[in-house]
Amino acid sequence: MFNEFNPLKNTMFQVIDNEGKVINKNWMPEIPDEKLLKIYKDMLFARTADLQIVSYQRQGRIYTYPPNYGQEAIAAAAGALIREEDWLVPAFREMGTMLAKGVTLKQLFLYFMGYEDGSKYINAKNTLPISVPIASQLVHASGIGYSIKYNNQDKIVYAFVGDGGTSEGDFHEAVNFAGVWKVPVIFIIQNNQYGISTPTHMQTASESLAVKSVAYGVKGVKVDGNDLFAMYRAIEESIKICKDGEGPVLIEAVTYRKGAHTTSDDPTKYRTKEEEQEWEKTDPLNRLKIYLIERSLWSEEEEQKIVPQYKEEVDRQFIEAENYGPYPKEDIFKYLYADTPDDLIEQEREYDRFLQWKKEKVK
Amino acid sequence: MKIMNMVNAINDALDIKLAEDNSVIVYGEDVGVEGGVFRVTEGLQQKYGSHRVFDSPLAESGIVGTAIGMAVAGLKPVVEMQFCGFIYPAFNQIISHASRMRNRSRGVHETPMVIRMPYGGGINALEHHSESMEAIFGHIPGLKVVVPSTPHDAKGMLISAIESKDTILYMEPKRIYRAIKQEVQEGKFTIPLGKANVLQQGKDVTVVAYGAMVREVQKAIVMAKEAGISVELIDLRSIYPIDKETIVKSVKKTGRIITVTEGPKTYGVGSEISQIAIDEAFLHLEAPPARVSGFDVIVPLPKGEHHYMQDQYKIFYEIEKTVKY
Repeated sequence: MFNEFNPLKNTMFQVIDNEGKVINKNWMPEIPDEKLLKIYKDMLFARTADLQIVSYQRQGRIYTYPPNYGQEAIAAAAGALIREEDWLVPAFREMGTMLAKGVTLKQLFLYFMGYEDGSKYINAKNTLPISVPIASQLVHASGIGYSIKYNNQDKIVYAFVGDGGTSEGDFHEAVNFAGVWKVPVIFIIQNNQYGISTPTHMQTASESLAVKSVAYGVKGVKVDGNDLFAMYRAIEESIKICKDGEGPVLIEAVTYRKGAHTTSDDPTKYRTKEEEQEWEKTDPLNRLKIYLIERSLWSEEEEQKIVPQYKEEVDRQFIEAENYGPYPKEDIFKYLYADTPDDLIEQEREYDRFLQWKKEKVK
Repeated sequence: MKIMNMVNAINDALDIKLAEDNSVIVYGEDVGVEGGVFRVTEGLQQKYGSHRVFDSPLAESGIVGTAIGMAVAGLKPVVEMQFCGFIYPAFNQIISHASRMRNRSRGVHETPMVIRMPYGGGINALEHHSESMEAIFGHIPGLKVVVPSTPHDAKGMLISAIESKDTILYMEPKRIYRAIKQEVQEGKFTIPLGKANVLQQGKDVTVVAYGAMVREVQKAIVMAKEAGISVELIDLRSIYPIDKETIVKSVKKTGRIITVTEGPKTYGVGSEISQIAIDEAFLHLEAPPARVSGFDVIVPLPKGEHHYMQDQYKIFYEIEKTVKY
């Protein structure tokens, strides 16, 4: 695959077309029907949740949120392949992979409601918290890769970044280090066409983002990120490369951010309705759904039935998060150091005295 | 005179300098087409073209580093860091080059440029969107660091910053971007950098603040007045250079000083001001200089941020303690 879809040729790896027809049989991954259906349902769940979160935000029930809308196939493919022992190094638009790892929606809700507790992934092994400073997490992925190699472990790192992130020095340093060390990291660039308002062609003069792999001497491929099968197969092939000690791999997943950058952003400022409609044809859920219906694995009726159940589940976890309770003041002090320095303890005591004063003074 | 908020005022200052000086270049992440995530540069690309106002690749180090190059070659870059909390990739360029180019080249090269950035908390933001890191920059020899607290000051100080021959970190208190509207003088005017502003005369205690904290102090002053305490309020406006004269004169009058800052306490701006009071007005002091500041912790996410932020109560608590000392 890496030869056939050599980034220097600037071709895009696809398995199904926009109508859900298989156009590249040779590279169709073998996914058991049951698993495939689960992947679709996971994507549907992620989309349902995502749309609902945006509406909660509009109701003022949650703070700024970066939607995944339109990018579900990438996170779902990675989610279907990532194992418990593998490492996930997310950016902030990988809900599907995080849920697959065991992070709960409730935790994500807590995070976006403004509780650090939302990053305490007790059920998700080897999962780093959301990283807000763009691309900075990628270098950690290379370091984790080194540790895996050093300890001779059978593990892989899945590291995510957006198209904008490829302009940061950390992106280049991360891929370069991983390339020098030959460590098992799969770097996945979600090229959703915009870094907030800035289109990808203004981030780089390169023909693609995948082509950057060539300069670092690592394998790379540009994949239709809205084609679940192509994403799944590309990651499968990357896993093989990593297991052979020939990693890292750089995947450019071409997709489209159907929503806003975050709920604070207004895409009408920088893109047209026509463009949005053009990309609508590539919608990842729609393509997979047509394929599944075609093969009688799924139906509109089933979808109509299941979506309300998903909505209920999302709502249930959201309300749980809403009722999480007050934020104890101790929590801002106690996680900074293994042993809290005396001066910081004194600062907390002084705060206690202030709170006591306030209680007596202010009605 | 025109009624403006701080966003309008900064935009107006940029507009005036872009019109007047062809060497002024404005860029950063999303500042062009979109006009910035806070709309501070809105309309400027349309007016001056995408060769003078533009979107850069997403790379803070690249933005500041190229600005240094432009500056040594005679342009006047005014770049934006999208948030103060995202400036760290550019730290190397700021500390290693912008702050020392003139000194290194013994005056042959200089880097007249402005790095604008929104800073500060209280807006229910995600991680890295609420920091107040002015003390770090104030600590670096060769930089000037300024913070306006009103639309009027924002305009006059930004024009001064753009006209300066130094590298200026121009920090914008985003919490009050749109919260304060006032009459701002139309056309060009400047406010000298490095001069504090006595906003209110008082006799019992001096309170020094800047940025969004000025407004919190003003609320505390109302409480203090009810308690019979007369407060003198100084808007510092410039972290570096620091206006010792104004501070010392005030402390000599009131005998007490409190600083109100948003950043962490230790090695903060408040510590520096306290030391100035000790150095130059020791015998006038009737109480130890006091600091109202953040704790030495990471700014909590929104649900915990109220524990961290300085408000009128924390300020009045300290005023009362200091006066009763």
